[in-house]
Amino acid sequence: MPTVAPLDIDGHCLAAVFLNDIPFFAFADGAVHRLDHGHKTVQANDGLLCTALDAAANRLVTAGEDGKVFSIRADGTVEELASAGRKWITSVAAGPQGAIAYGAGRYAFVRFADGKVKEFAHPRSVEGIAFAPKGMRIAVARYNGATLHFPATDGKPTELEWAGAHTGATFSPDGAFLVTTMQENALHGWKLADGKHMRMSGYPAKVKSLSWSTKGKWLASSGAPAAIVWPFQGKDGPMGKAPLELGTRGDAMVTCVACHPSEEVVAIGYDDGMVLASRFADQKEVLLRRPGKGAVTALMWDGEGRRIVFGTATGDCGVIDIAG
Amino acid sequence: MSEAQTQIPVTVLTGYLGSGKTTLLNRILSENHGRRYAVIVNEFGEIGIDNDLIVESDEEIYEMNNGCVCCTVRGDLIRVVEGLTRRPGRFDAIVVETTGLADPVPVAQTFFMDDDVRSKTRLDAVVALVDAKHLPLRLKDSKEAEDQIAFADVVVLNKTDLVTPEELAAVEATVRAINPTAKIHRTERSGVDLANVLDRGAFDLKRAVENDPHFLDAEEHGHHDHDHHGHDHAHPSAIHDVTVQSVSLRAGEMDSKKFFPWIEKVTQLEGPNILRLKGIIAFKDDPDRYVLQGVHMIIEGDHQRAWKDGEKHESRLVFIGRDLDAERLRKSFEACQAA
Repeated sequence: MPTVAPLDIDGHCLAAVFLNDIPFFAFADGAVHRLDHGHKTVQANDGLLCTALDAAANRLVTAGEDGKVFSIRADGTVEELASAGRKWITSVAAGPQGAIAYGAGRYAFVRFADGKVKEFAHPRSVEGIAFAPKGMRIAVARYNGATLHFPATDGKPTELEWAGAHTGATFSPDGAFLVTTMQENALHGWKLADGKHMRMSGYPAKVKSLSWSTKGKWLASSGAPAAIVWPFQGKDGPMGKAPLELGTRGDAMVTCVACHPSEEVVAIGYDDGMVLASRFADQKEVLLRRPGKGAVTALMWDGEGRRIVFGTATGDCGVIDIAG
Repeated sequence: MSEAQTQIPVTVLTGYLGSGKTTLLNRILSENHGRRYAVIVNEFGEIGIDNDLIVESDEEIYEMNNGCVCCTVRGDLIRVVEGLTRRPGRFDAIVVETTGLADPVPVAQTFFMDDDVRSKTRLDAVVALVDAKHLPLRLKDSKEAEDQIAFADVVVLNKTDLVTPEELAAVEATVRAINPTAKIHRTERSGVDLANVLDRGAFDLKRAVENDPHFLDAEEHGHHDHDHHGHDHAHPSAIHDVTVQSVSLRAGEMDSKKFFPWIEKVTQLEGPNILRLKGIIAFKDDPDRYVLQGVHMIIEGDHQRAWKDGEKHESRLVFIGRDLDAERLRKSFEACQAA
């Protein structure tokens, strides 16, 4: 039986991650809690808005209302990485070779490991930002499409157009596809080799959580009463194929998804705080956490796929041990 | 607990450069009124107050990808409101300041069209500041100044000390011609009583009607209304440079099976021309008054309260917009009456 070790904090949890197998919980007020031989807390941003897990560097990158970017290490060390003035930093991403990217207003910034910062002006607001898995390349989600920049060179950006407001972005792990979340209840995708479009619509709500399965074969998403899982094995992605619908519930919406690190299994968080896991092959479900006080906002598996750390909008967080 | 109690009220402040918005904002931020406001501005610039809850945001007008040309939202507000509401308890209400030239419609529509914003906040009122001295000039050179007035629930007629009583009366008549339903407050140096601007509940249909027994009765009850017009007629104003018109309709009890398809069709077809609509409808065999309001193609309605004994079961509807065919609206409205 799965067991839950709870951590109750007053506030909205934005990110729940493992750093060196230590559970971390980042809250909207900028406090970062961790369970490392007891409950410890450090303060990063004065108002947290977005986070990115930098798995390669084993750190959590945070940005927020104070216009600053911080990194939090597994031992709780907080370091200021960048500052963008008085504007809110509303998106952040972690890339290869210690680089990070962040967006404030109509500017995207890339900060390299040596501290050098490069800035990219856009005609409209930077809504979301993502690093490509290989090479120094970022995608900026914006109104009417996405822009690809190559920060290490002075090359011209690549523009990907699709009408509507794009609010977030993610590259497939093989770098072949870019997928954006939209203001409408839909995802949009581009096959980068030829610019082919992929429309993924039919959601009853906005999609706020995306997670690629092991080897990038599937993309799981929130925004419906089930986790919607799109097949990306084919060379044209999910076009012409129906997605899997996992963990369907009649009375709740999926708010967060996280794929298992090595198996085709997804952890699904709902707006009532329930967490369950579902296997792609046979849609078999396991209840991991009963409903709590508020919507699940953050989920992450540890490297072995044995524990899940979760956070909610009401602060009732915890660590699920699958084996109990 | 009702939803309305947990939703944070949002006041939208519009007005041309020089109309006194910054002065009013500074008062909202600094006066001791017992409420804390988060303020979303386009530029920190002139606000001389250092406050964590002043958020600078680039106005981003996003067309929705649903084929509806007037369905626009302020994308930046969606993001900022989401961020602010993750830490409730820091403030009691939100004020959104728009730039001088801003179209107030996308701001208002954001609070109806985005599910996340809608679940956490509610539009309280759209307040337009008007510079009494320069309004005639503004109306000549821009459509936006007129739109801001036409769209407002509250008009603060500011800088009244810079004009003669006759000029003031003329300016007020112009405002009233553009918007027959707004509350007008005359003031100097943005000195309006903040209670007249904040926490108005103007978009809360039930409250708007309760607080203002003369809701939709602009003509009858004066409101300093200086031009004369019948109830059933459109009145493209005789005042120069005013292109917005209002159409006030009045009829008896309606047949709900006719009225709802009609209002839906009107808002679908005429939506781009309708800035605001407000109404109280009497349905046949319905003991309750039905109130409704709309912004372009978005329309909302609800039962308000039971008709009182002796109260006339009458349906009233006001459209504020441009290029409205008053005669056709009147005829088709009357055709919805119950047999």
